[in-house]
Amino acid sequence: MNRKALSLAIAAALFAGNLLADDFDPNAKDGGAAVITYQNDVATLDPAIGYDWQNWSMIKSLFDGLMDYKPGTTELTKNLASDYSISEDGTVYTFTLKKGVKFHNGRELKASDVKYSLERTVNPKTQSPGAGFFSSIVGYEDMAASKAEQLAGIEVVDDYTVKITLKSANATFLQVMAINFSFVVPKEEVEKWGADFGKHPVGTGAYSLAEWKLGQQILFKKNPDYFKAGLPHLDSIAFEVGQDPMVALLRLQKGEVDIAGDGVPPAKFLEFKNDPKFKSLVVTGDQLQTGYLTLKTTLPPFDNLKVRQAVNMAISKDRIVRIINGRAVPANQPLPPAMPGYDKDYKGYAYDVEGAKKLLAEAGFDKGFDTEMYVMNTDPQPRIAQAIQQDLAKVGVRVKIKSLAQANVIAAGGSKDQAPMVWSGGMAWIADFPDPSNFYGPILGCDSAVDGGWNWALYCNKNLDALAAKADSMAKPEQQAERTALWKKIFIDVMDDAPWVPIFNEQRFTVRSSRMGGSDALYVDPVHIPVNYNYIYLK
Amino acid sequence: MLAFISRRIGYSLLILLGVTFITYLLLFMLPADPARQIAGRSATPEVVAGIRMQLGLDLPFYQQYANYLGNLVQGDLGRSYIQRSPVTELIGARLRPSLELMAAGIGFELLIGISLGVIAALRRDSWADKALMALSFIGVSAPQFIAAMLFLYFFAVQLDWFPMGGYGGFEHLLLPALTLGILGSGWYSRMVRSSMIEVLHQDFIRTARAKGLSRVRVVLRHVLPNAIVPVIPMIGIDIGIFMGGLVVVESVFGWPGIGQLTWQAIQQVDIPVIVGVTTVSAVAIVLGNLVADLVIPWVDPRIDIKKH
Repeated sequence: MNRKALSLAIAAALFAGNLLADDFDPNAKDGGAAVITYQNDVATLDPAIGYDWQNWSMIKSLFDGLMDYKPGTTELTKNLASDYSISEDGTVYTFTLKKGVKFHNGRELKASDVKYSLERTVNPKTQSPGAGFFSSIVGYEDMAASKAEQLAGIEVVDDYTVKITLKSANATFLQVMAINFSFVVPKEEVEKWGADFGKHPVGTGAYSLAEWKLGQQILFKKNPDYFKAGLPHLDSIAFEVGQDPMVALLRLQKGEVDIAGDGVPPAKFLEFKNDPKFKSLVVTGDQLQTGYLTLKTTLPPFDNLKVRQAVNMAISKDRIVRIINGRAVPANQPLPPAMPGYDKDYKGYAYDVEGAKKLLAEAGFDKGFDTEMYVMNTDPQPRIAQAIQQDLAKVGVRVKIKSLAQANVIAAGGSKDQAPMVWSGGMAWIADFPDPSNFYGPILGCDSAVDGGWNWALYCNKNLDALAAKADSMAKPEQQAERTALWKKIFIDVMDDAPWVPIFNEQRFTVRSSRMGGSDALYVDPVHIPVNYNYIYLK
Repeated sequence: MLAFISRRIGYSLLILLGVTFITYLLLFMLPADPARQIAGRSATPEVVAGIRMQLGLDLPFYQQYANYLGNLVQGDLGRSYIQRSPVTELIGARLRPSLELMAAGIGFELLIGISLGVIAALRRDSWADKALMALSFIGVSAPQFIAAMLFLYFFAVQLDWFPMGGYGGFEHLLLPALTLGILGSGWYSRMVRSSMIEVLHQDFIRTARAKGLSRVRVVLRHVLPNAIVPVIPMIGIDIGIFMGGLVVVESVFGWPGIGQLTWQAIQQVDIPVIVGVTTVSAVAIVLGNLVADLVIPWVDPRIDIKKH
């Protein structure tokens, strides 16, 4: 017994020692160049504007925010901030910045840069898709309405201290300080390039932009002055764009490409995944995404809880997952498994055709009813809708599929008298940051149950809204466990009302060459989507 | 001559005006909301309205179109909604690779098409003629995407003769240009064949043979120059068809040209880029046809443009 305890202690000490020697991977090697391919051009590398899965992680490698996440996880850590404190009432955040952090142009980063960058994102002239994330800061409304040039809630105390005042306590604020839209940019470079800053990005990140040949390639080179010692590992990364995903995979086999950024085309997916040659090259990871069917709770017959529960029981999620070649796992609750607050023990509504028929009969629909389902018109969404249609036909619900362009589905989804059912595929909610609140307010909360909103079930439960507000005011670090537990309860309570049929959680697949090193988690990083370029290395 | 050219340029401008109007109208009616696309999903209706106003999307159609035309005249095609950079810059960076591929592709089309057409005409009704004409038929009707993929797989992956896509030296250009050349050569070979056969039956050919000229000399000096005339306006028309081929072939071979840009812009509903590319392509087609019309009288002096 004693010996076992001793060996455990030694192992723990060794493990801790390793962690101290290198902050993430003790075996990482430095040097070398990697080649990554994408089909589409990289849109923009401006952190206030870039908002797609392709430039998301690239921007994270060029710029830094006050906060970040431990590589490969959803755990928050300090980044540009060396420390922070939260006032007793949770409304004032004081960040202390690390000293000696330099932009790629050589100038040191100061607190005034943090203020400038946040205000730039909120400024309507910037047309940032992320401005709304900062609505909790005092003075946001005035600036968003172009009535003020500055955010009243941000105060530069001295060169290395910045104080941000919120309208009310907000537990997600530190997550917002880790989102790309909050990343720090140097004012002089933004003013120099104007609207073209996204093509000439200058930040503090692990890499700097060396060359951008439009339509051909983007070259990142290592930032030798990066403030995190020992990072990044690669000397350079070439992002070759305009490459067909199939051709990229062929080139990867030949050793010309290290990461095929677009993954495996759906048509080739099964073949690729079952081929022993390629199996070891594919990394599978979770995505903070849920695909769901909304049931408009204000529109008969879906205003009847029994009908909504019956629909939940009538759909075979396993079959739908097979239709998309197993690129997802069946879901039973709104939150995806990788999200804090996911309830592993919750069983959800099991597939039960007889049970569903019984519930419908109890609700007075023993002969079924006619209804409509709105769905986006790009593959595979209509095929998934047909599978749902067939399942529902078995319990007597006759569904007419309306397959439309994305904008039309979103418009119909938000209106009161249309779209009794909406399949979310192609527009499905993907979390902006790994916090459960991101899955409630915008898609299940009362405030978003409006025309033009994303709460397509028009679900509004005042009690749960109150609980959600309570959870979001728990800003202190010591309250986090309690807060996560509260969110867990909220989402399971939502399922009791059954405004949605959660169908599946999509997975991500990254294909990398055999010479790429580093933990698998880096290649399917839940935050640095798709790959955490700062930590990967060549074997 | 001057009157002819100015009249043709006048027509060309009208055509371009029509093209921009139709494209702009179609994209205006498209059920996509660029302001919402830019604003992102966390945006409030006020933010979306603000962006719509900044982009001038709240104006009625005729005003938007007039603004577009006003900017177009000054060489400003607007800014991409997705990339946020000027459309002229995006197109400009891709113009050279596309022109290179187009020149090489049309070169191969002509080379392959005319040679095959000549051979087929001289060996009329032989098995070679039938085989070549069948081949050209397959070429023009083959789906470009599949054919390009097959070529890439066979020549670059299996035989390793060419690099697998990308842009750079002559070796990168060869395979996509050959793909376009082989697929498009069928039009030319069929046309050259029939026009050759027609010329071969003319009296002056019999005279040339009768006065003892060698067969090669007759074909090269007397038959070909006469048979080639219908090919020239065909090149002008072909530029339009070729643009379609570029979209597919450039995407498969990772060639950084206009076609690839078009494909991306369509998929992302990037309206300024779609309108810009359409306008530039229309200019190229109109110019190509204009040049073809001007070259014909130089090749065949019997055609007098003053009469047109």
